[in-house]
Amino acid sequence: MAYSSDSPFPRNPRSVVVTGAGIVSPMGRDWAENSAGFQAGRMALSPVTLFDVSRQRVGTAGQVDLPDAAPDLGISRKNWERMDRGTRLALLAAREALAEAGLSGGEMPIIIGTSAAAMPIGEEYFKQALAHPSRRHSQLQRVETYQAQRQMTDMARALGVHGPMRIVSNACASGANAIGHAFHLVRSGRAEIVLAGGYDALCQLVFAGFDALQALSPSGIPRPFDAARDGLALGEGAGFVIVESRISAKARGAKVIAEILGYGAATDVHHLTQPHPLGDAALVTMRAACTLANLAPEQINYINSHGTGTPLNDVAEGNAIQRWAGESVGEIKVSSTKSAIGHLLGGAGAVESVISLMALKGQFLPASLNVREADPVCTFDLVRAPRKARVQKVLTNSFGFGGANATLIFGEEETV
Amino acid sequence: MNLTITGSGAVSPAGWGVAATMNALAKGERLNPYLLERITSGTSIQTPVLRVPAENATTPKFARLRRASPISKFAAAAVMEALSETRLAAIAAGELRVGVIFTLINGCVNYSNRFFGEALADPAMASPILFPETVFNAPSSHISAMIGSSSPNDSLIADSSGFFTGIDLAAEWIERGDVDACLIVASEEIDWLSAEGLCLYSKRYLPAEGAGAIYLEPGDGPIQLLHLPDPVSYAGRSRSDAARELRERLGVVDDGQTLLIDGRAGIARYDLAETSAWSDWKGPRWSPRTILGEAMGASAALQIISAVEALKSGSFGRVIVTTTGGNQHAAGLVLGTSLA
Repeated sequence: MAYSSDSPFPRNPRSVVVTGAGIVSPMGRDWAENSAGFQAGRMALSPVTLFDVSRQRVGTAGQVDLPDAAPDLGISRKNWERMDRGTRLALLAAREALAEAGLSGGEMPIIIGTSAAAMPIGEEYFKQALAHPSRRHSQLQRVETYQAQRQMTDMARALGVHGPMRIVSNACASGANAIGHAFHLVRSGRAEIVLAGGYDALCQLVFAGFDALQALSPSGIPRPFDAARDGLALGEGAGFVIVESRISAKARGAKVIAEILGYGAATDVHHLTQPHPLGDAALVTMRAACTLANLAPEQINYINSHGTGTPLNDVAEGNAIQRWAGESVGEIKVSSTKSAIGHLLGGAGAVESVISLMALKGQFLPASLNVREADPVCTFDLVRAPRKARVQKVLTNSFGFGGANATLIFGEEETV
Repeated sequence: MNLTITGSGAVSPAGWGVAATMNALAKGERLNPYLLERITSGTSIQTPVLRVPAENATTPKFARLRRASPISKFAAAAVMEALSETRLAAIAAGELRVGVIFTLINGCVNYSNRFFGEALADPAMASPILFPETVFNAPSSHISAMIGSSSPNDSLIADSSGFFTGIDLAAEWIERGDVDACLIVASEEIDWLSAEGLCLYSKRYLPAEGAGAIYLEPGDGPIQLLHLPDPVSYAGRSRSDAARELRERLGVVDDGQTLLIDGRAGIARYDLAETSAWSDWKGPRWSPRTILGEAMGASAALQIISAVEALKSGSFGRVIVTTTGGNQHAAGLVLGTSLA
């Protein structure tokens, strides 16, 4: 990663693969539970119990059943308790990714996406500062552990991973951006192995924020791409992958889950919270990722869409998919797994990347649940129930507040 | 590929613009603090801070900034100083692709404070205008919109090493050809939440605010980025060990002519790692935080901007900039003139 004016930038792109993946979502606490849930078309939204939602318009979300005590992770109970909820989610997913890749830590860069970071700790600091301004007990620890980089450094320490760290906070695209950064580092030869992913935990401030924006579905049931969709459901979770050069994976005999074929990033400057109605930036990222992957739209078997279920997002993304796919749009299979687990914000892009890997490994298409009548923008094949399918190339979109847009493309290992 | 810094902008408690900041550093005296007072439950809590002065503000006129909090306004002013009208016109014409990398620790703490207070009091009345501004990447989004750039835009959360990571990422984007040039920006704003929080570490900290921006592009301009080693993580070592390892990675020798601009704030306990790692340094040395206060993410940017100005002055041919962040990395870089 280091820059030196007398060192040439590596010019020969290398094949980049995923050798490990881990996931924690409202659907389950590992790959197996999540894969089974998405293949069954299960919805994993429930009443929020983490904080008071009695005065909110909406009271449901995708909440993870997180253990109170440190599961067998080799860290002390004290260290587990110092971690905020988001870091615990991240630790579980990152640990699974490392184990799947046959790694037990080491010197590698870490690139992580998050949006809310350790906000629940910040909320506690705020409440105590207001209620008991002169009582400073525990406040220093809260200030320190509120900081995302402190939490992630503690996580890295627990994982035995010692490399430089980037924490990307591009709102809902953060997790996809993190994996995209890792892809480029490995592709260019600047790193051999990178631990990359994203996470976010539910917290009161963000929940209240989305509710204030009236972005949450009042019914608590998100219906991405439904003609009468009325908003999203929030969720929490983490997804991590081991991004590795094929050369490195081969040298150490690692099992390859999939190849990362392309990544695109762009900025939508239309509005702080609304996408360009025609999905201009989304179109740019989908095209850029395909160009890097040397793929035409008709070669993409499945799109795991951003698909939040808000009126504005889905029509913008749908328009972008139509423009990108052209005449082959009817062949493109699309779904939004946010319908099952909610919108995981900074973790969404990484978790949905892992779900995309599941589709490749399991040869199935996860569904957009709860659709009653598809929006007219859905000229593509909207997957409304899980189905078995031949899946070789998967594209996943992530778009965030502030206009952060990202697209990743994964390819089945057997065919590359 | 050679990379050069051809623009810089600053907003600090010394004023708006690089010149105001450099004048304060030249005087070498800590700026006079302002007493930030919070009255709650009948108690008055006073925290000395260094604020950006309201007078002579150079916040650009841009619709989105009307509702934005100071962090975005500081950043916008620094960016406009670092850019030029020619570059803005080139971006608008689609002839120049400029990426934006924004680094921060605290983010939009003013609006987060206000919004969460409203949400706790009555969620039904919490302002939907405030919430989007609380998101970490809101300021960087405003910057891309203001300059009209759809090129990649990343916000990085980090300790004070973040600005160095931002430059590293910018170098990567430029070398790969993703962008023609890159703005690296850091900005922070003060509020009682963050000011009181910082002073829990030490009452001697002087919380500050401000912003810095640099324009990095390929070429052989007068200010060259010579070396930017990987930051040294604290995950596997102490801060002191990380600071020592960083010095090794920087690979510089003390020739008596090279300027060292360090990240010390004048608080021995927190400065110890950096003080120890560079204890034998005999050459010239600046510590801008001791004058400008602790502006968290923005402080490292102001260090680097002062390095650029030191090189421009012709007094030095090479400058090392270091920071030993609070809880993530030790980081540093080497800048030089094209003649160095």
